[in-house]
Amino acid sequence: MDTPAIRVCDLGKSYRLGAQPAGYRTLRESLAGAFSAPLRRFRELAGSDGTGGEEAAGTKEFWALRDVSFEIAPGDVVGIVGRNGAGKSTLLKILSQITPPTTGRIEIAGRIASLLEVGTGFHPELTGRENIHLNGAILGMNRREIRSKFDQIVAFAEVEQFLDTPVKRYSSGMYMRLAFAVAAHLDPEILIIDEVLAVGDATFQKKCLGRLGEVAAGGRTVLFVSHNMQAVTRLCNRGILLSRGRVAAEGSVETVVRHYLTDGNHSAAERHWEPAEAPGNDVARLLRARVINPSGQTSQTLDIRRPVGIEMEYEVCTGGQVLVPNIHLYNADGICVFINNGWQHARPPRGPGRYRSVAWIPGNLLSEGTFTVGVALSTLDPIIVHFFAPESVAFEVVDSLDGDSARGPYAGVFPGVVRPVLEWDTTRESAREAVSA
Amino acid sequence: MVVIEPRRAWQLVDWPALWRYRELLAILAYRDISVRYKQTVLGAAWAVGQPLLQLAAFWLFFGRMGGLADKVEGDYSLFLLAGLLPWQLFATGVGQAAQSVVQNQNLISKVYFPRLVVPMAALGSAVVDFAVACLVAVPWLLWRGVGWHASQWLVPVFGLGVIVATLAVGVGLSALVAEFRDFRYVTNFLLQIWMFVSPVAYPLSVVPGGWQWVYALNPLVGLISGLRSALLGQSFAWGPILVSVVALLVLLGVGLACFQRVEQRLADIV
Repeated sequence: MDTPAIRVCDLGKSYRLGAQPAGYRTLRESLAGAFSAPLRRFRELAGSDGTGGEEAAGTKEFWALRDVSFEIAPGDVVGIVGRNGAGKSTLLKILSQITPPTTGRIEIAGRIASLLEVGTGFHPELTGRENIHLNGAILGMNRREIRSKFDQIVAFAEVEQFLDTPVKRYSSGMYMRLAFAVAAHLDPEILIIDEVLAVGDATFQKKCLGRLGEVAAGGRTVLFVSHNMQAVTRLCNRGILLSRGRVAAEGSVETVVRHYLTDGNHSAAERHWEPAEAPGNDVARLLRARVINPSGQTSQTLDIRRPVGIEMEYEVCTGGQVLVPNIHLYNADGICVFINNGWQHARPPRGPGRYRSVAWIPGNLLSEGTFTVGVALSTLDPIIVHFFAPESVAFEVVDSLDGDSARGPYAGVFPGVVRPVLEWDTTRESAREAVSA
Repeated sequence: MVVIEPRRAWQLVDWPALWRYRELLAILAYRDISVRYKQTVLGAAWAVGQPLLQLAAFWLFFGRMGGLADKVEGDYSLFLLAGLLPWQLFATGVGQAAQSVVQNQNLISKVYFPRLVVPMAALGSAVVDFAVACLVAVPWLLWRGVGWHASQWLVPVFGLGVIVATLAVGVGLSALVAEFRDFRYVTNFLLQIWMFVSPVAYPLSVVPGGWQWVYALNPLVGLISGLRSALLGQSFAWGPILVSVVALLVLLGVGLACFQRVEQRLADIV
């Protein structure tokens, strides 16, 4: 293998409480320490040897990244995924040299540019022209480079006639286009991109994705951080999964995305509760929740055309109540897609025992994407919630683009909270070209 | 090959990197100046009007009523002018530089560049204001009978000294403001006090002879009095000037050290 484009060895980054990296004592802390913490000083002394500083401050120290090592070959397009707080942003900031690591070493071979935001440094009072120069310089282009690409940038942003207008008069769409246009014409060997695509409307996102695809196809090394698994899968060939500051998985993008969705040890599509922590009261307790496919197997990824089963198992300890199971479905944007309960089958009042309820969401109803499900059990009259476990399971709805989903042969961006297959009826009303108002 | 490693607490200034980012420095300074002068009339008026009003007030209260005018060699208004111009440069520059890091936190937390660029660029508009005010001052100097002196070539040298002093204090304060937000208020207070311990409104001779060495530990003492002597063709107080130059170098070292100490974790604390 060639020399890697990026080699990361034992990288670690620790923060003190209050976002102070460890190792540097600040004046404030020293002052505060002198007044308020003779106790801690004492504990520090009593604690252990000289290396015990970390332990003594253990409660105040947080490792955002720890023992992270990986290599990225030139030309790889790598998706970095992980839940919030997994250390993705910290890793990006260290790679972009915005903040130094606490331990470890990174070697980068080639010119690197990072894009943690579009339009960094844009000033509303300045004109489009001035902002292109400003933003270009901020992103690390020199004057000659900016001048040679100026016309391309302007054409890409489609703002020719507003070049000498202050950008505060731009529409938000124009502003975003201009901001992205400058960034899109960066010409590094290695490009680091944060969730730039999380902004803007669908058209804009599509344009960004398209441009990113071009960059990636151009043989450049790209690091792409995103929550959007579809974009990651589409753009990247490799993936790195971060979990609690460590590399949890590394390899082909499919493996890593699957790992991410299944959360390593316990599947996000299935969850058990230990008796001690089981949600519930003295009437009923939740034991298990899972997402199942039509053949009854636990499944993380479900075909958009097939039904999705949400199953919950619970124990009824005190009998005699009418128990209504219900599910609360949220999409990745946090929108409640629906809430549904099984009141029709809640009678007669349940006796003590172990129960299993399944709700079947029909195929061709949900759109593509990640869904989280909260499960609950309640009595409706009077209203008593026996247990409610929000975000207990999650699953992914995928469209394999076979042409018989709601998409039909269309493979582009497809917005919408739900994606039903509707009955369409088109009849020829008249042979003439008459159009009714 | 770029190598990223943990950094030592005390770090020397990376001058080559700063030089590589000179275009960014220029364009950030240009941004500040351009935004400031966008409404041209107001921008220029600010640069000229502020020292002018200050001059009038000082002339009236210190010169006439306070009787300082009698202790000064020559025209008190010229004396004030030669003191207020560099003082204004210092005060505006320090004020802007001190806030610059906090004001540009979105840049600092999103893009890599030598952080020193930010407070340095913030001096740009203070320097431009200074230049504008100087241009306006020239006709007045001529009118009040200040002709060409051989010593006037030293004016830019002392002016540069004032810029260095501004940089030293501004850079140091910008780091302190980023770390302890209270320093925002300290800045204004500091500048107020600083003006009174600098020979802006009164001559060096007001300070007893034995204390002048101590007094000159404030670098502005030597710089302002030197600039004034050079401009008005008066005799130089070389002793205090020398002390001030040494103090200036020390101050620059301290200011840069303060900044370098905080620089690497600016992105984490702003």
